[in-house]
Amino acid sequence: MSTHSYSLSGYGPQKRSAWGRLTARDSAVWRLDWVMVLAGMGLSVVGSLLVWSATRNRTDLNQGDPYYFLTRHVTSLLVGLLLMGVTVWIGHRRLRGAVPFLYGASVLLGLLVLTPLGATINGQRAWLHLGGGFSLQPAEFIKMTVILGMAMLLAAKVDAGDREHPDHRTVLQALGMAALPIVVIMLMPDLGSVMVMVIIVLGVLLASGASNRWVVGLCVAGASGAVLVWALGLLDQYQINRFAAFANPALDPAGVGYNTNQARIAIGSGGLAGKGLFKGSQTTGQFVPEQQTDFVFTVAGEELGFLGGALIILLLGVVIWRACRIARESTELYSTIVAAGVIAWFAFQSFENIGMTLGIMPVAGLPLPFVSYGGTSMFAVWIALGLLQSIRVQRPVSA
Amino acid sequence: MSNLPETGRSHRVNIRLVAIQILVMSLLLTLGGRLWYLQVRNGEEYQKEAAGNHVQQVVQPATRGAILDARGVPIADNETRLVVSASRTELMKMDDSGKAVLTRLAAILDMSPKTVQEKVRLCDAKTPQPCWNGSPYQPIPVTDEATTQQALQIRERAEDFPGITAEPTAVRRYPAPYGANTSQVLGYLSPVTDEEIEKAKNTDSPFLSSDEIGRSGLERTYDSMLRGSSGVTRYEVDNLGRVMGRAKSDKAKPGSSLVTSIDSRVQAVTERELLTAMKNARKEHDDNTNRNYKADAGAAVVMENKTGRVVAMASNPEYDPNSWVGGISGKQYKQLTGKKSNYPLLNRSIQGLSAPGSVFKVISTAASVRAGNDFGGNYNCSSSYNVGGQTFKNYESESHGTIDLGRALEVSCDTVFYDLAYKQWLKDGGNKPKKKAKDWFYKTAHAFGLGDETGVDLPNEVTGRVPDRQWKKDYWEANKDAWCKQAKDPKSYADKIAKENCVSGMKMRAGDSVNYSIGQGDTLVTPIQMATIYSAIANGGTLLDPTLGKATISPDGKAMKEIKPKPHGKLPVDKKTLKKMDRALAGVAERGTAAWRFGDAGWPQDKIKMHAKTGTAEVAGKQTTSWFTTYTKDYTVVMTISQGGTGSGASGPAVRNIYNAIYGVDSKGDLDKNSALLQNPEKDLPRVDGHGNIEARQDEDFKKRAKRASAGAPNAGATG
Repeated sequence: MSTHSYSLSGYGPQKRSAWGRLTARDSAVWRLDWVMVLAGMGLSVVGSLLVWSATRNRTDLNQGDPYYFLTRHVTSLLVGLLLMGVTVWIGHRRLRGAVPFLYGASVLLGLLVLTPLGATINGQRAWLHLGGGFSLQPAEFIKMTVILGMAMLLAAKVDAGDREHPDHRTVLQALGMAALPIVVIMLMPDLGSVMVMVIIVLGVLLASGASNRWVVGLCVAGASGAVLVWALGLLDQYQINRFAAFANPALDPAGVGYNTNQARIAIGSGGLAGKGLFKGSQTTGQFVPEQQTDFVFTVAGEELGFLGGALIILLLGVVIWRACRIARESTELYSTIVAAGVIAWFAFQSFENIGMTLGIMPVAGLPLPFVSYGGTSMFAVWIALGLLQSIRVQRPVSA
Repeated sequence: MSNLPETGRSHRVNIRLVAIQILVMSLLLTLGGRLWYLQVRNGEEYQKEAAGNHVQQVVQPATRGAILDARGVPIADNETRLVVSASRTELMKMDDSGKAVLTRLAAILDMSPKTVQEKVRLCDAKTPQPCWNGSPYQPIPVTDEATTQQALQIRERAEDFPGITAEPTAVRRYPAPYGANTSQVLGYLSPVTDEEIEKAKNTDSPFLSSDEIGRSGLERTYDSMLRGSSGVTRYEVDNLGRVMGRAKSDKAKPGSSLVTSIDSRVQAVTERELLTAMKNARKEHDDNTNRNYKADAGAAVVMENKTGRVVAMASNPEYDPNSWVGGISGKQYKQLTGKKSNYPLLNRSIQGLSAPGSVFKVISTAASVRAGNDFGGNYNCSSSYNVGGQTFKNYESESHGTIDLGRALEVSCDTVFYDLAYKQWLKDGGNKPKKKAKDWFYKTAHAFGLGDETGVDLPNEVTGRVPDRQWKKDYWEANKDAWCKQAKDPKSYADKIAKENCVSGMKMRAGDSVNYSIGQGDTLVTPIQMATIYSAIANGGTLLDPTLGKATISPDGKAMKEIKPKPHGKLPVDKKTLKKMDRALAGVAERGTAAWRFGDAGWPQDKIKMHAKTGTAEVAGKQTTSWFTTYTKDYTVVMTISQGGTGSGASGPAVRNIYNAIYGVDSKGDLDKNSALLQNPEKDLPRVDGHGNIEARQDEDFKKRAKRASAGAPNAGATG
């Protein structure tokens, strides 16, 4: 199709049937990183089971249909896979031209959330109701468009061969580009996503080859920003409570510390092999809030045990490991930065999400990539996977 | 990938990419490690916590078994009351936390909505009573006195009263058949304490905080058997307390029933006669203290001679056992345990102590024979007896000349026993006791079971006291400091006694031994001990454990287990001597101190041979204690009245009337077998039908019979 692939096998270009083109040794499909795709699909399939287990008894949420969340989750997965295909088909290079538009559109959606059109859930105005029971979480898209936007700016001069590293002016532009949506997300306020954004920016700057001063400066700025937010009391009480509960899990187990406490009991009680799917008493008893979304890992911990939990971490590791390889092997800085951004995103979000259920991170409302229920997150994650695949597919193949 | 294409990336970027990869992977490893720590290393701890999260216990109380008399008539059973309860978990699900429902309920029950709401709130540190102290998953009783009308209204309008139940529930009741309270024997129940709940928490039979357990009497001795075991249903609940499933459930097992040897009719007569005797004694003038007898307490025991089974056991002052039912008020409790009411909770048959007086003489007789004296020998019953300058007088200074031991028993001659005891004291070394003193009088008392429990199946029986050398020593050790302090400047008579005690209180003095031989002094016995001893004389010498429990019947009526009588000793008396003593005791009733109550009062001695011994025990600073111990072939009847006067005087008519009722004799001595309540001891156990119902043989003619027994009975007399 529109790939830049060409055969080195000596046959030369020739007309092939559509099927032939798809299945040829040098075709895009053949050259997809199937290990990564299968790992991602594995995560999503396990996720479907976990979401199902967490919601089949939740008559208060599932409108009496035990499969309500399962079907929607699987639908999201299929749409996500389709979006990945479309992304690969378009290709990250072609998308490069559309980045300013995508960036603008996502930030606009983010701003729209802050208007009365946005819906508030759990103290966050982070959703756009689309009607028909569908809703959108623009922050998930913003994560990706910021990666693309920053990559576009930072790589422009380097990929053109003008400079070895992005200059200060470019870095500043890129940071400014990231700052706007970060502020928007902060206003929601979706603190978890802000944290992910900051880590993404850090990952992008690292991969861009920007001066060490920028990297260190960003770290210092992030830390002092956190202190400032705390000191100025910009946090809502529930956010302060989450940190307090993190610092001292025994604190008020029925109130502030309830989530973390119950989550830890759920996971801890799973033991090595778990209680079996649908058999977790913490899960069926609905002791853990937000269990199909932010706390989905507790279902795995309780019902599938250490083996199931470790499998999820392993699969995430496979996805990220392969992404690292793609980043290292890509031929342009643009692709490298995009890959690094996605790595920072997936890795930190996974660490934060699982870490909070294990009590080593404070609670923040973030979905577990591929696994958690939630359409927007699912779409964004698979689109990001599509970008990685596109980078791999469009890299000149070595013999 | 050996020959990577030119990437256009700087070395710096490559290094940073590797750093990112390492960092990211170590994050994932951290997660894995933490997961291992939580699930595999500490998994068990969390499993326990998770289990505690979901399981709630609901306990169904077991129906307490009934206590029946020997004829199957219930003396403690359960009454069904309509209890209206509210399920808190149901109420909490409602938008207004059940407020509307409780208000409607209050209107039906004629209670204020506030009261109802207070009853179903949970107790905590800040909430004062009334509040619910039990499990929030347990239905909370709002009232146990609902009328049928109210219960029906609640049930018929179930949609208006979600979470409210009106169920018949068993409540303990003491029906007191024929007016026999049997209060101290039955005992009472009271709510279980927090410690007891905690203790029984992980056993097979956990307590409910509303549970009651036996605190005294038969309710306590047979508590675990009567109680059965509560049913426990473990529900799995979710985080809102909604029931998701039933994890495990054990059905409640009702308690077994206890058949006692108590015959409620004889019990009623005994209680009534004891009360009458005490009332009559209060009309009598006591010449020693120059005021009427106080008759402040009394006890009576009717026992089967061959089995040790207790047919009746009365203790006065008594109380209404139903006053404990449904929780006792502070005022009532104070009254039951106060000095003013003279402690009606005490069962004086097994807890009342006093010196035995002359009823002790059977022991002295046996001791004399053991010491080598001839039963039929010649003993001088002088009017007084001198020991070391101290004169001990016979009762009313009477003299009977030279008599044998049998006659000494008949006329209750003190001086005969003074002499025998004094001589034994001299033989044992007198004031310089031998190392291996025979001490026949004390040893024999122990062998008769004094100073020891009889083993009656009631809690807190007291042992009494035999004031032997060891006791003297111990008592002196404990009191010498106080005595010697008081003796420093002797002025009063009491001070002089204290001085004597201070100097020689550890010694067995001649006066002690002499006094002891006729049952006066420091000896303390219980009525049940005397009943055990006299029934042993009657049955040929076997000391039997007195028992009230006769059999247990399982709730379905299929398993009936008899509680077999157990002996705990033999009288140290040979058969011949025992026979002679038996004859002498019959003589007491025929021509001795009790003749005016039996032989001379028309008792059909030829048909029903009566044996008796009277006793009048002196108590320092108080009026005399009346003792009357009697037996026939089958029964022993012992009665004692504190500050009541003489043995046959105060207790005589009452004991006679009890026998009248048992055998169907009237005051003139006419015997009518049809009027007899219990001519022969009840051998059979109550019949049980196929459904587990126990047949109760009610006596419709009881009133008539009981009336005949006491008709024309004389009042208490002053002498005897």
